[in-house]
Amino acid sequence: MTDKFNAPVREFIAENFLFRADAELDDNQSLLESGVIDSTGVLEVIAFLEQTFGISIADDEIVPENLDSIASMTRYLASKLPAEAA
Amino acid sequence: MRIEDHLRQSAGRFGSKTALIAGGTQLSYGELDRLSDYLAASLVANGIKAGDRVLMIAENSVEAIVAFFAAWKAGAVPCPLYASIKQDKLHAIIDSTEPSTIFAQARFLSVVDSALGGADHIPLKIAFGTLPTSATEDWLAYEAIATYDGKAELPRQVDSEALALLIHTSGSTGTPKGVMHSHASLLAACGSIIEYLENRSDDIVLSVLPISFGYGITQILTMVMVGGTLVLEKSFAFPRKVLQRLAEVKATGFPLVPPMAALITGMQDLQSGFLPDLRYITSAAAAMPPSVSQRLRTLLPDARLFLMYGQTECIRATYLAADEADRRPLSVGRAIPGTRAFVIDEDGRLLGSGEIGELVAEGPHVMSGYWGDALASSAKLLPIPGGRRLHTGDLFRTDEDGFFYFVSRRDDIIKTRGEKVSPQEVERVLYALPGIREAAVAGIDDPVFGQLIRAYVALEQDAGLSEKDILRHCATHLEDYMVPKSVEFRDALPKTSTGKIRLSAEQSTPDIEDNVA
Repeated sequence: MTDKFNAPVREFIAENFLFRADAELDDNQSLLESGVIDSTGVLEVIAFLEQTFGISIADDEIVPENLDSIASMTRYLASKLPAEAA
Repeated sequence: MRIEDHLRQSAGRFGSKTALIAGGTQLSYGELDRLSDYLAASLVANGIKAGDRVLMIAENSVEAIVAFFAAWKAGAVPCPLYASIKQDKLHAIIDSTEPSTIFAQARFLSVVDSALGGADHIPLKIAFGTLPTSATEDWLAYEAIATYDGKAELPRQVDSEALALLIHTSGSTGTPKGVMHSHASLLAACGSIIEYLENRSDDIVLSVLPISFGYGITQILTMVMVGGTLVLEKSFAFPRKVLQRLAEVKATGFPLVPPMAALITGMQDLQSGFLPDLRYITSAAAAMPPSVSQRLRTLLPDARLFLMYGQTECIRATYLAADEADRRPLSVGRAIPGTRAFVIDEDGRLLGSGEIGELVAEGPHVMSGYWGDALASSAKLLPIPGGRRLHTGDLFRTDEDGFFYFVSRRDDIIKTRGEKVSPQEVERVLYALPGIREAAVAGIDDPVFGQLIRAYVALEQDAGLSEKDILRHCATHLEDYMVPKSVEFRDALPKTSTGKIRLSAEQSTPDIEDNVA
């Protein structure tokens, strides 16, 4: 179950970055490739995830597989917080 | 020789050797030469003429590099623009450069079409990547046009003094200026860079720098000139991925800007010497704090670190050789080979060591001027025998051994993320938002990005604008690096006796004595 993470992540992206892109955002769309976030945006996403979900993101976890789409972020959060995701 | 002659020469010498790797595509020198021949012939068949401007709105990609060389082979002038450029600025640049062709990546087509709205002449429009279904039918797919049958004649270009590149840069007036470089000036700058970096055909350079940026373009040219391999990545957003990629491709050269170095040196789990193939790192575009350069050299002890200073107007002016970094960590070194640099006072007199004055650069690497702006050109350039003198507008001093030290800028340009931002350009956008009565913009020091942009705003009564409203407005009108990171609301902004808004000392850029570019 990753639904509980999807809504706050989507809301954060929409509120802070979506005005940079014209289109609706698909869960699996690459945020970087579609120009929704840029390199400083990744740092803002990291700060948001750490503060909102009380996690600590290691340097080697800052990779597109974990952070480049809403779907990958929700999957990543579920793996970091298995108790809450369950 | 012209730039494309170097590609032909490298194709002759290293035909099957890898020239370019980007986005999962790999091209040999022979392939890059042939593909750019096809595209050039196709452009010529479509009416492109020598001297025509070719706008490019693209991220780092194989197609964009092919388009650069095709434009040169057709005698045209690439004008690469920052990919997140917005409609108004693009419209102004189209107006001033009157391009005959525009290349754009698929997701920027609508920006181009909006910017072209009402234009007298619609240029040839070519899209990189898959044409979206929403594209108007006058957009041609790159794939279709680059596989031309080769029947069109490709006239050989011979003029090495011809215009080769227009790069738009932020001016202190807030209006972007098109820096003009000839084939000769670009090749002179790149030849000099090759000399001090000792580039060779077995070099593999990995670059994340945008190809709209002089520092990004020199990576393409230097590698083609020596027959090396260029690996392009689109960004440094995921630093760990780029570090992995450096190891994977066995990169020997890694050009970066200081914010990238700060992100790398901030990682806790890197082993010293983790990139054993890396022969050198270059840093330009902004000051690298000595603590960062020290840590970078500890992490990568076998890679020589070159700190450099330059501006688009001369590509590169000075460099600090790696073996001087310990003795003079704050210096940006000396003039690059084949050029001269010195510090002068307001009357043009040469200053002695320790005295502060303007840095001027002389040599074959200096631009020929600003596009369509003779006045601005004559303010920056002085013809001298055998070349031009460039007034950098930056204040420097020298030490007893003639090494240069940056003191401060003369204008109020903000340096953020290695990019130049004119406060006036951002302020103009802020003033266009109804409800803003007064606006000013300044750089706030940041340990990673050099400076971050903060907007200071006084609202009309009952304007009801939030910080988000203002940032959203900025993001729709400015390239992403120019968008302020924060907004501070004030009742009124402080003004000088002439009514000009002046931010107090702690908000304006502090003078730094450090290496910058």
